[in-house]
Amino acid sequence: MSQAAAIHAQAPRPMEGMKVYNVKLGMWVFLLSEVMFFSGLIGAYIILRFAHPEHWAAPGEVLAVPLTAFNTFMLICSSVTMVKAFAAIEHGDQAGLKKWLLATIVLGAAFVGIQVVEYTKLIEHGFVPIASLYAAEGGPLYGSTFYTMTGFHGVHVSIGVLCLSFTAFQAFRGRYTEEYYGGVEIIGLYWHFVDLVWIILFTIVYLI
Amino acid sequence: MPESASTFGAGIDSIYYIILWITGAIFVLVETALIVFIIRYRHREGRVAVHTHGSKKAEIVWTVIPFILVLFIVYASNDIWLQVKRADQEGAAPADALRLRVVAKQFEWNVTYPGPDEELDTSDDFVKRNQLHVPIGRAVRIDLGSEDVIHSFFLPDFRVKQDAVPGMTIPVWFEATRTGEFPLACAELCGLGHYRMRASLTVHEADDFDRWQSEEIESGSPAADADASDSETADENKVNEGEESA
Amino acid sequence: MTTPQLLAPNVSAQHWADPSHPDDRPFIRKYVFSTDHKTIGNQFMFMSLFFLMIGGALAMMIRWQLGWPGLPMPGGGVLPETMAPGGILLPEFYNSLVTMHGTFMIFFAIMPLLVGMFGNWLIPLHVGASDMAFPRLNMMSFWTAVPAGFIMLASFAVEGGAAGAGWTAYPPLSAVPEYSGVSTGQQLWCVSLVILGFSSLMGAVNYITTIVNMRAPGMTWLRLPLPVWALFITAILILLAMPILAGALIMLLFDQTIGTTFFLPETGGQPLMWQHLFWYFGHPEVYILILPAMGIASEVIANGSRKPVFGYPAMVGAIIAIAFLGWIVWGHHMFQSGMNPLLGSSFMLSTMIIAVPSAIKVFNWLGTIWRGDIHLHTPMLNALAFVAMFVIGGLSGVFMASTPVDIYIHDTYFIVAHIHYVLFGGSLFAIFAGLYFWFPKFYGRMLNPTLGKIHFALTFVFYNLVFFPMHNLGLGGMMRRIYDPNQYGFLEPLQPMNTFISVFALALGASQLVFFFNILWSLWRGEKAPENPWSSNSLEWDLPSPPPHGNFEAMPAVYRGPYEYSYPGRGEDFWPQSEPPNGRRARVETSGAPVAEGVPQ
Repeated sequence: MSQAAAIHAQAPRPMEGMKVYNVKLGMWVFLLSEVMFFSGLIGAYIILRFAHPEHWAAPGEVLAVPLTAFNTFMLICSSVTMVKAFAAIEHGDQAGLKKWLLATIVLGAAFVGIQVVEYTKLIEHGFVPIASLYAAEGGPLYGSTFYTMTGFHGVHVSIGVLCLSFTAFQAFRGRYTEEYYGGVEIIGLYWHFVDLVWIILFTIVYLI
Repeated sequence: MPESASTFGAGIDSIYYIILWITGAIFVLVETALIVFIIRYRHREGRVAVHTHGSKKAEIVWTVIPFILVLFIVYASNDIWLQVKRADQEGAAPADALRLRVVAKQFEWNVTYPGPDEELDTSDDFVKRNQLHVPIGRAVRIDLGSEDVIHSFFLPDFRVKQDAVPGMTIPVWFEATRTGEFPLACAELCGLGHYRMRASLTVHEADDFDRWQSEEIESGSPAADADASDSETADENKVNEGEESA
Repeated sequence: MTTPQLLAPNVSAQHWADPSHPDDRPFIRKYVFSTDHKTIGNQFMFMSLFFLMIGGALAMMIRWQLGWPGLPMPGGGVLPETMAPGGILLPEFYNSLVTMHGTFMIFFAIMPLLVGMFGNWLIPLHVGASDMAFPRLNMMSFWTAVPAGFIMLASFAVEGGAAGAGWTAYPPLSAVPEYSGVSTGQQLWCVSLVILGFSSLMGAVNYITTIVNMRAPGMTWLRLPLPVWALFITAILILLAMPILAGALIMLLFDQTIGTTFFLPETGGQPLMWQHLFWYFGHPEVYILILPAMGIASEVIANGSRKPVFGYPAMVGAIIAIAFLGWIVWGHHMFQSGMNPLLGSSFMLSTMIIAVPSAIKVFNWLGTIWRGDIHLHTPMLNALAFVAMFVIGGLSGVFMASTPVDIYIHDTYFIVAHIHYVLFGGSLFAIFAGLYFWFPKFYGRMLNPTLGKIHFALTFVFYNLVFFPMHNLGLGGMMRRIYDPNQYGFLEPLQPMNTFISVFALALGASQLVFFFNILWSLWRGEKAPENPWSSNSLEWDLPSPPPHGNFEAMPAVYRGPYEYSYPGRGEDFWPQSEPPNGRRARVETSGAPVAEGVPQ
């Protein structure tokens, strides 16, 4: 009888943990904290906007909604490619894993790139976070909240792209198998979360 | 606490005393039990502890009783709270209360009086720095504001405290029951001079208040739209930058 | 090296202790950048005790000014002209003192002691694991806290001095240097706390994962020692509350530096929004500061009484209830803020209700010592003092929970009394209890009991003489954060009480030297600690003091709860969790084949 089995035989069965392995549980728990972080920022935005709606402009007046809608679509596609990458490694498909990880990275990087371009255009237009320099429609709080929320999201996407790159690097080294894919699963969880936050942000910042 | 000088002061104090009695009784009970147990059940040769994991009945008793006690305190407290803080509700500041404006700034209190017409923002208004004057027996309703940071309008004797927040105008009301001079203190850290942001409140007899008001207008207290810091009556204003404590 | 990641608790992924294989980790990996939870716990201890001293020193200066206003402080000549010319504290420095005292004590002393030190020491051992779920993340958590502390300390040296808007940093005062006189210092304060938030968050993720996933066979949830329950719930609070603080700090930092106006009203910002965000974090924060202390107190009191914890399930339920209710009471810090008074009513209700689970815990502690066999060892003295003082702190809270009474006592020394009764009388005494209790396990040496009892007696007496009169100061109307109360005629009569408090505050500060000396002395000259000096039941007491790297030689098995003291019919008055029911301990050879006596083959 194996060591662990012997212990299990003589000790009463524990109420076992959630059968979710350590890094996966850790990632879920971490993502809960991220929910709170973005909730704080979004909550502040909602409070400030509804107290002074005159400081805001209508959707589309300042922000480039169609371009950002395309950007959103790209990010959603990157979640699909991420799912495909995970499905690939679950079946031991190394080539598929590498392909779909790279696709996710490209789409994620493109999202950040387009957002940077959008930022530069907005800043030229006078839409800035700095109250004393604000020159666009609406009021300075519009700028402050916009850059804070989308900026932190952008930082999270960028970090995600870096982590995906590390994961891809490990994939090229053959680190993952159909039995051992934790690293892929957890970056996938993070990526889906980042995508979900964006969908919420896009809705409330660009569409409402 | 200082003797109450406002109509609702006694009500607030009575809540304090109710809580003092209840918490005092619990304090005596619990601490006595603690000391008695420590002495009575201390280790001695041959002593064995009684092995027990608890008592469901005890848990219920000492959950329900505290729950009832705290609900009682909530019930006792709420009415007077709303009466004091919701200046415009039934039982609070009446419509004919004396309207004043108090604007806090680093590190002084500027009081705008409505003058004989009893309307703020008219030509007979005047401003005093660090001096609040009110008549006895008449409700006073203050529009409280701040020019810079958060301050707190604290009249200890009147059981009045309200934060003054820039960007907000917050109503504060009270009715004085005693004449005399009382302190007005700032109760929210507001910077370097927070510790000396004091002012005084003088409660006058009714006709004395009218007399004071006429004197102020005659002697040319700054009009409401003049900068209060240019006040000609600087000698009447106690707190200045750099003044040492008495 | 690949580590198999199974969809079951990581049985095979743990690296157990191997006595045949010497611990050949290089010095740096063993003592500096260590991934061993015990070492990290020790590191948190040293870091936090250092900041406890800093916080205490700041308090001594505050009390000097309040006791003898305007008098030069002995040794004050070393301070620069910008802080205390001629040793006389300046008002701006005083504002920094009160701010930084609170900041250091809360974030760099109490939190890292309770959560960083005890969390690291106890969690893996109490659940029966070889280490935390994420040892490297654990190491990063400590080494992130250190620069945060350094930045906070360094902020005293910048132009304009350290932050001076209170530990609560209300804007606009905290956002605008022209208002506070502090610019870089206030920004560094924000940066330091954001970094510290990362440290706490990493710890929280680790603790939650370890407790959920890595409990040994037989270690069911209801057999966990109460410190683990408390730390588990605390970790969840940290996980959910710190990010809110981070968001608020970032917005404040932006207001301070890049010109946003989140909290400045001139362009639509709202000062009150800071208060909502800060206290939404801040109230769970104070439960973070007390729950682990309650867990430790339960552990020590059961041990000192030789009796099970009275009402263990109720104790767990109360911890959960406190944590849960703690999310809906934050407005009680804002009763006088200008918030809608009706919100005041609802927050008063929720705040009063949260008193109930705390009361339940107090009664259960009383029930634990009732009919016990009470040994007044040093940990027990401190744990009993915790109960006595926490009761006072909790009861004083009822006064401020009542909105009309709060009108008078808000922002007075009544609040300061309450804070210190729960944080010092409560948390710190429990920390002392835990340190005297577990120091032997982690350093292999007993703390000197005579010095321990002297430290306890002096601290207990002086502490009450310092903080109880503060209730009276508050009722007399003395406001908080006041450099010189004598500016107000109505506060002048309170000066003798302030001086009285200051005399005993200095004595209290001096008494802590006994404690620090005891720690340093005992590290090298303390009596060698046996495996189980307190005859306790949890898993760590099966191991050598200190336990080896990897803790257990094999996964332990757990047969009962942690509080089976004085079980009838047994020769001894304790019953380790790991002892099999037939009385003979299972010894599982590390070679693989079990040689568990009494196990059916």
